[in-house]
This record gives sequence, structure tokens and C-alpha cells, in this order.
Amino acid sequence: MFENLQSKIESAIKRIRGQAKITEENIEEGLLEVRNALLDADVNLQVAKKFIEDIKQKAIGLDVKGNVTPGQLIVKIIYDELVTLMGSARSNITMSGQPPTIIMVAGLQGSGKTTFCGKLAKNLKKQGKQPLLVAGDIYRPAAIDQLKMLGEQITIPVFSQEGVNPVKLAEEAVAYAKRYARDVVIIDTAGRLSVDEEMMQEAENIKNAVKPHEILFVCDSMTGQDAVNTAKAFNDRLAFNGVVLTKMDGDTRGGAALSIKAVVNKPIKFISTGEKLDNLEPFYPDRIASRILGMGDVLTLVERAQQEFDEEDAKKLEDKIKKNEFDLNDFLEQLNQIKKMGSLRDLLGMLPGMDKALKNVQIDERAMGRVEAIILSMTKQERKHPKIINGSRRKRIAMGSGTSIQDVNRMIKQFEDMQKMMKQMTKGGGKMGALKGMMGGGGMMPPGRR
Amino acid sequence: MSLFDKFRQKVTDAVSSTKDAVSGALGFDRLKEGLTKTRENLVNRLAGALLPGRKIDETLMTEIEEILLTADIGVRTTTAILTAVRSRVRKQGLESAEALYDLIKDEILTILQAGGDKETVNAEPPYVMMVVGVNGVGKTTSIGKLAHNFKNDGMHVIIGAADTFRAAANEQLEVWAQRADVDIIKQSQGADPAAVAYDTLQAALSRNADMVIIDTAGRLHNKTGLMAELEKISRVMKKLKPSAPDEVFLVLDATTGQNAIQQAKEFTKVAPVTGLILTKLDGTAKGGVVIAIANEFKIPVRYIGVGEKITDLQPFDPQAFTEALFEKNNPNQVTA
Repeated sequence: MFENLQSKIESAIKRIRGQAKITEENIEEGLLEVRNALLDADVNLQVAKKFIEDIKQKAIGLDVKGNVTPGQLIVKIIYDELVTLMGSARSNITMSGQPPTIIMVAGLQGSGKTTFCGKLAKNLKKQGKQPLLVAGDIYRPAAIDQLKMLGEQITIPVFSQEGVNPVKLAEEAVAYAKRYARDVVIIDTAGRLSVDEEMMQEAENIKNAVKPHEILFVCDSMTGQDAVNTAKAFNDRLAFNGVVLTKMDGDTRGGAALSIKAVVNKPIKFISTGEKLDNLEPFYPDRIASRILGMGDVLTLVERAQQEFDEEDAKKLEDKIKKNEFDLNDFLEQLNQIKKMGSLRDLLGMLPGMDKALKNVQIDERAMGRVEAIILSMTKQERKHPKIINGSRRKRIAMGSGTSIQDVNRMIKQFEDMQKMMKQMTKGGGKMGALKGMMGGGGMMPPGRR
Repeated sequence: MSLFDKFRQKVTDAVSSTKDAVSGALGFDRLKEGLTKTRENLVNRLAGALLPGRKIDETLMTEIEEILLTADIGVRTTTAILTAVRSRVRKQGLESAEALYDLIKDEILTILQAGGDKETVNAEPPYVMMVVGVNGVGKTTSIGKLAHNFKNDGMHVIIGAADTFRAAANEQLEVWAQRADVDIIKQSQGADPAAVAYDTLQAALSRNADMVIIDTAGRLHNKTGLMAELEKISRVMKKLKPSAPDEVFLVLDATTGQNAIQQAKEFTKVAPVTGLILTKLDGTAKGGVVIAIANEFKIPVRYIGVGEKITDLQPFDPQAFTEALFEKNNPNQVTA
């Protein structure tokens, strides 16, 4: 995510970095490159122009003091501007004091509304809510089936009715939610073009009929210059509360993220980062700004880790490590937990500087699967006491896991290295230590093979 | 004329029946109507800048640059167009801004034509088409419309539902197959897409079908595993027909910005993309990114979607497209 924008801004800044003082002349060319980078990232032209103008205003004539180089100053200014541009604080969904909270989801065709509805429902369910999904897209063939299938996957009821117009359907759904004590109603609507008067009127009618507490505008993050016009048109009609950016797991440069807030002044609330129903993240402007500038996003990483590792398990693990009893069973468990946190590339990308380092590296997500297969092909005894694994055992394990003896050797070697590292870490100790150990697992994979 | 020759002629006509569809008054009007927003945004803004009596200068060039950039044509292609225009201005000693209008139109047409025309189809039946693209661009809908067009041309069409990933993708395609009145081959959700493609092709061979259209799951182009799956689908089909897929269409959403270039780059790596289908041109999108793609990849745009009706997928003709795009507003005509 964002890696293209990131590397371009970096190369533009590099030129300024060597300079001793920021002047109009030495900044001009670099900023033009930053502007083109922004345009290539689909940032709206007007927004990009203003962005560059603001940076210029702030940068020129600044005193360069102490250890700070002009380049560093510029990075700081760009970072601040990016955060401002994307909205300064994280904003959440407002829950109504009196349930049910009604959430309406709208957007263009193919922006990912239906999938987002499923993700949001799952996310809310995790927080202890009892959502009801409403299949309000009665036009696209099989849209209702799609939502029903999603609902089944996450065991959340889906409200649908045949032959009813979307306005009536929404009303019925809200009544249903009240009757059956569902505390959140998520209304999926049909994709519509902002120039389609009839359909826009329909959306407005749904809004007037059920008075949603929250209207979310779903926007494909790969949208071009038109993103702001569409967002504006939807906002004019529906006065939505927030924006959801989808398909952020592509190599999109997320220009829409930068432009929409600036034009409609509504916060981005969620970003959707994958095809699985868990892949929904709250949007943190400051963290995204860090990612754009290659400063990493360690906070999100730590949060995801906290979500997946429970306190008690971590304590047990720490004890094991301290007593030097960490064996292959534990290792396997760690692997499985890391897998739950998301794809390796995604996780590594959040570490400072890694996004750029990984740019051309093909990460083999299946490497983890191979390690798992190797461990699962071992006997209980072998997993507890890896020392006993001799040549003939290795041969058997390789056969059993469909890998080669070299793979098995490499895996065992890496496990031993990891044990050694853990021993050292326990001297430093602490919970973060244990966490770091787990993260270490990510870097321990055999190099990718295709 | 042998049987094969007849088939070739028939398929060639069907896949590139540009003339009938677009040159007909109705087709052109529909195209023009579909492009209303594009025209308003790009061409009318250009016309607004290129006023009679105005001289060509740097301010004007900057204005033009901004108009082209706003149409999603991209920094590189915009620069290329402007460089070409500047050099022609110098050579011909032009001074009046009005003259630039035709120059720009010319440059855009040249770029779009560089994509090349579709040569005669040279394949044995059935003619196998595979449709690829990222999520949500309108692959399934485009296939429904394509099948409808081909069926109307008297073709025996079979659709393969190889999007086995997205919930209810099968059902969606089935509805389209019914509307177009063509056969569909499918398996359950989660089945191996390559197996579905294989089955479809086998069915087409045994039923003597003329055309096979394979739908595939939307995939973001940076997901290597999924992209490898596309390769596998092609590979498996080759077992039944060595030339399959005879045609690979990459579907692009007209609202997509510069990321479409990235998409074109990655998809051409794993599948021999022979043409583009540009969808959702009836929105406010300007679709300028096709100009950028034609400029950078030389892949021809083959079809454009200008509306939601089953008949709203049209063969793309650079000439007609540019004409429709640059046709100045007729004062008698009310535009939406």
C-alpha cells in the first residue's frame, strides 16, 4: 500500500536533503516532482496544487538549526500536511443511544459495498453488537444472494424481501430489528452513478424514510480524478457521515484518501485491506502519513498483535522461554497466531523502512505452510526434544511433509537460532520482549521458493 | 470457402462488428450520450480555454495541461501530448489558441489508434475468450453483454463461471446467461477455476459451440497467488485447444485513475491481454486513463460500456470515440 507514492516523494526529498538552506530555487524542482508523484497517485489536481503551495509557504525561509537538515524539515512539514489533509483524528461510528443504530452504506457500482457490509457486521459482532444485515440492492443480479452468503459465513441474519422497493424494504428491516432486538442495522444499497437522478432520489428517499444515524460512502481507493466529484455529489444528496476506502490491499497509491477529506470535509472511517472478512481497519490519518513517508506503522502492528495474543498465553510463553523450555510445539502455536494477524507482507510493511525494502521482494506466504507441514510431520517426542532429530528422522520428516531434507535442516537450524535469541532476550525480559520473539518468527521463514 | 473459413469470417465479424454497431445513427447517438459527461469535462473545458482570439502562450499550455490531467490522462501521457502539440505549433507557426483544439484531438486519436485494429480472427472453433480484471470493474456484467451481442450475431455461445471465489458470483452470471439466452457451465463455490474452464471448453467442443467466454474472479493485480491461478486456467485449457485462450480481455473501470496502468502492466505479465474493455463510461468518469494505457502499452480498447442495459456494450472505434468525444455541443440538443 502506498509504496509508489512513498518512493517518489522520497526521491524528490533526497534532492533537497543535501542543501544547507531552503530557498525557493532549490525547493522548486523537488516540489514539482512531489506534485507529479501525487498526481500519479491519483490525488486530485486542485488538492495537489494546494498541498504543494502550503508546503512551499511553510518551508521557505525556515531557519535550519542544530542537527536538523533541510530535508528532514521538509519531511516533517509534509508529514504534518498529510495528516491535516487526511483529517487530524481517528473518527469512529457513532452509536445511537437508543438502539437500533441504523447504518446506511452507499456508493458507485463495484466499489465494494456488499463486502464492506459483511466486514462491518463481523467487526461489530466482535465488539459484542448484534447486527442485522439488510439486502437493499434489489437491482444487481444475485446481490441479495451474495449478502446472504456473507451473513451465513459470519452467522449474522440477513433481512431481505422479494418484490419490495428499497425504501419500503429499509423500513421493514428497521421494524424487524426492533422486534427481534438487533441493535445495529446495516443497510446495503445498490450501486448508483451520481448522475443517475432517479437512483440518487431513491437513496435520498431511503435516508428520509429510516433516518440513518450513520451514512457511509464507500469509495474504491483506485478511483482517479473523479473520486472527489463523486464524493461531492453523494455528499450533496445524502450528507454522509464518513468515507470507507476499499481495495487498499492493491498497489493503489491511495490518492483518493488524500483528496476526499479535503474536498467534502468528511472523515475517512475505515479502510478495507483484503478479501477476507477480517480485513477491515480503522483509519488513522497519522499512521497512514507515516506509512506514506516510509516511517512505518508500528502502532497498528502492536495493536494487531494485542488483538490476537491473549495476556495469559503470553505469560505462559514467557515462563517457557525463561526456563528454556520453548519447543517446536510452541513454535507452531506462534506461527498460527502470526498467521491470524494477516499476511506477512502486510505485517512486515508496517515496520519502518520495510515497505521500501520489500518493494521487489516476493514474499512467499506459503513458506509458513511448509514450516507447519514439517513440524506436523514430526513425532510428539521430536517436537518436544528437537535435539533427537537425526539424519534418518530428517529423511522421514521430509518425506512426510513433502519437502526436502534441506528444508527440514534449514527449519531446525532456524529454530535453534531462535532459541538462542530468546535466551538472550530473556535477559532484557518484559512483555515486549516476548512479543518481539513472536515477531521474530516472521523473519525466520525459509527464503521464498516458487 | 471451407467450413473453418466461414467460421473465421463469422467470428471476425462478430468480435469486430464496429461499423454496424457504431456507425449506425442510433449507435453513435447512444455512444455520444454515454460520453456526455466525459465530453463536458474534457472537451467543453478545452473549448472554454481555447477561445477565439486568444494567443498560444505558457499560461494557456498550463491550463491545457491541467484539463488533461483532470481527465485522468496521467502526467506522462499528458506531457507526451503537450510535447507533440508544442512541436507542431512551432513547425506550423501557429499563434491562435483555437487551432490547438484540432491538434489535441488529432494527438489523442493517434494514440488511440496506435493500439491497432483487430486483425482477422485466425482460430479454430470454438473461439475462446477469457475475461480478467480487478474486483468490481464489471467483468460479469460485461460478459453478459458480450454474450448477448454474440448471440444476436447468430453465434452459439457458452459461458464458463470460473469465478468460484466471490459469494454468489455463479448466480449473478446465471442471471446474465438467462437474459442473453446462452448456455452456462458452473461448479460449486470454491471449486477449482481451472477445472471449470476445462469443463466449459470440453462442453463447447462436444456441443460444437462457436464461442466460449470464461469469467474469472476479480483479483488485485499484486496478489501473486491469484495471478498464478490465471496462468493455470490458460494452461489447462491448452490441453483441449492449444491456442486457447484465443483472446484475453482486461476489464477496466473508467473511474479508475493511474492505477489502471499498474493493472495493465501486471495482467499482461500473466496473461496475453489482447484487448481492453472499458466500463462505466456513463458516469462522471472521464476514462482518460485508456488514452494513457493505449500510449504506454499499445493494447487496443475493444469494447466500452456506456450504460446498464444489456445492449450498452459497444465495440470501440477510435475514430468514432474521438468524434463523439470532441463533437461540440449542438445548441439545439439538450444534454443531460
